[in-house]
Amino acid sequence: MTEALPAPPTKRGRTRQVAPERASRRGVWTVVLVSALVLAVMLSIALGAEPLSPGEIWHGLWHASGSEGDVIVRSLRLPRTVTAVVAGLALGAAGALMQGHTRNPIADPVVLGISAGAGMGVVASIFLVGVTGLYGYVWFGFLGAALAGAGVYAVGALTRGGATPVTLALAGASAHALFTALTAGMVLFDRQALETYRFWTVGSVSGQPLELTVRALPFIVVGLVVAALNTPGLNALSLGEDVARSLGVRVGLNRALGMTAVTLLTGTAVAVCGPIGFVGLVGTHIARYLSGPDYRWITAQAALIGAVLMVAADTLGRLVARPGELQVGIVLALIGAPVFIQLVRRRGAVRI
Amino acid sequence: MSVVPGRAALRVGPVSAPWRPRTVLVPLVTLGVLFLGVVVNCGRGDIDIPFGQVALALFGGGDEADRLVVTELRLPRSATGALVGASLALAGAIIQGLGRNPLASPDILGITAGSGVGAVTVIVFGGAYGGVGGAVADVGVPVAAAAGGLLAAVAVYLLAVRRDLSGYRVLLVGVGVNAVLTSVLSWLLLKADIVDAGRALLWLNGSLNGASWDTARPPLWALVALLPVALALSFPFGALAFDDDTARGLGVRMNATRAVLLLTAVLLTAAATAAAGPVAFVALASPQLAVRLVRAGSPPLLASALVGAAVTVWADVLGRTAFGSVELPVGILTAALGAPYLLYLLVRSGRARTS
Repeated sequence: MTEALPAPPTKRGRTRQVAPERASRRGVWTVVLVSALVLAVMLSIALGAEPLSPGEIWHGLWHASGSEGDVIVRSLRLPRTVTAVVAGLALGAAGALMQGHTRNPIADPVVLGISAGAGMGVVASIFLVGVTGLYGYVWFGFLGAALAGAGVYAVGALTRGGATPVTLALAGASAHALFTALTAGMVLFDRQALETYRFWTVGSVSGQPLELTVRALPFIVVGLVVAALNTPGLNALSLGEDVARSLGVRVGLNRALGMTAVTLLTGTAVAVCGPIGFVGLVGTHIARYLSGPDYRWITAQAALIGAVLMVAADTLGRLVARPGELQVGIVLALIGAPVFIQLVRRRGAVRI
Repeated sequence: MSVVPGRAALRVGPVSAPWRPRTVLVPLVTLGVLFLGVVVNCGRGDIDIPFGQVALALFGGGDEADRLVVTELRLPRSATGALVGASLALAGAIIQGLGRNPLASPDILGITAGSGVGAVTVIVFGGAYGGVGGAVADVGVPVAAAAGGLLAAVAVYLLAVRRDLSGYRVLLVGVGVNAVLTSVLSWLLLKADIVDAGRALLWLNGSLNGASWDTARPPLWALVALLPVALALSFPFGALAFDDDTARGLGVRMNATRAVLLLTAVLLTAAATAAAGPVAFVALASPQLAVRLVRAGSPPLLASALVGAAVTVWADVLGRTAFGSVELPVGILTAALGAPYLLYLLVRSGRARTS
């Protein structure tokens, strides 16, 4: 009766357990997301207070000669678009990792107070220690993010039976309140600091020189690589720690990897453009909807969606409030918070 | 004859209650601690006045100069702090009792942020250069704060209600609404002139720095009007701590009582927020402290209010004196002290299991 069992379909010598339609859907969606990102980037460079034609953009990008369009492209639109893409990739991937590690559908760097921790680290290093330059203060950002992350993780570990969405959200809200209060305490008495702080705290990608983003890039790349290395272990961990351990996964190592990636990604993104929330939350949920429970795909797609969201929100913020602009952090909160509320309104919130 | 086995009964006219020494002792002791805080707060400053003379001046004695400094310059700050703390704590006690949830409080549900948006809108758009004054400050800011707080409360309620009002869904919806309002607040700060922004940021962290008898007025009127309402409703409030059927069986008109109590809580929060900005975590922590001190089942209203007043005044003393020449806003102190306490509560309560 052996012939009754068809041989499992093999590909590159490995058994694939995924239904073929899901596998092809994932591929299609990834292509769609990449195209969406390219489109969003083009729109972001083209649209604004002074709309540019595709010809002007092309000219500005490759043969800049100092015309008005070239200056707009080179010194205004391109830097902020690149910053938005980089920060979006980082925040999206960080959100996916956090939801995986906490097994919690509402995890997000801002909701859990990790961005506020990074912010406090950055502000403290600038105003108390006198550090200048990204390479100086980004380390303090990591420190703050790690501190906040460890705090929230400890609450999850100490609570009987693990953290529920409610426990995590409240722990995050209190960590957020604590760190923002401490940050405000530092900047309150320095007008110069206050001026910087109030623009930084809403989360904005404008006004940053391209060099700052380029300098932040190594941290983000390392963070994304660590995140990618972490995803197979995350798949096992999402079955529960005991099952993961019995499958031969080193739980402690994987948690540490995840924490490192989240800290690197969130800390850098916050140091560059301030605490921007809900990117990871929304991105991860869309990615999970598109491609199922595999964290390798969720993380990759969440990063892409995060970048699309950031670029689109930034462009939208420029268009709705002309001649001024609505900062990207505000646009994302207005988009993201309703998604968050809808998530918690659903009966028996999503269990991961 | 005792009402509760092992306890003496206390009967006054138609009212009877089990006699618990703590119900009376805790408010009295708290009142003493509050008075001590006010004395210390009025005594410390550019010129230190001995505490004995401060106490004398507070009761109308002492010499002329001390009395002037104490009652005209320094007392308004302590009075505002005490009134704000009492209003917030009372609001917190009401909301925690109604929600049957030790974690519910106006700050977490976004009511404080709503009041903040209302008040900052007026500060930023309504005022002349450098801030608001006159009628706008007296009427506009409190009214805007109340309207904002009410709108936030209604929004949270409408988003969270679903046949029943599950306590945990309310909290999570509150966190979401809070996030939106906080981001609107930071946008308002960006729109503002830098002078206004400095004021607004100071205000946002809950500060008593600009306190005068004028700022003490909104929470004073709110407390004078609403504390009796809350105390008069304390029996049905106690009954609401049981499940709905029991409360209805005890003859409580649930929806009316709930609505009145909730409105009371929102108005108290708004008045306090208008006076000093959102002083973080007082509304959350004070009722919990009071519950533990009185050893009651649900937050005791009067004791919570007194604990809130004492906590706020002492936090202000700490913020003014503990950091040398730097005067930290009271809200930063209460956040720094209250946030770890909330985390501790979270770890302790294994009850937060459902959502």
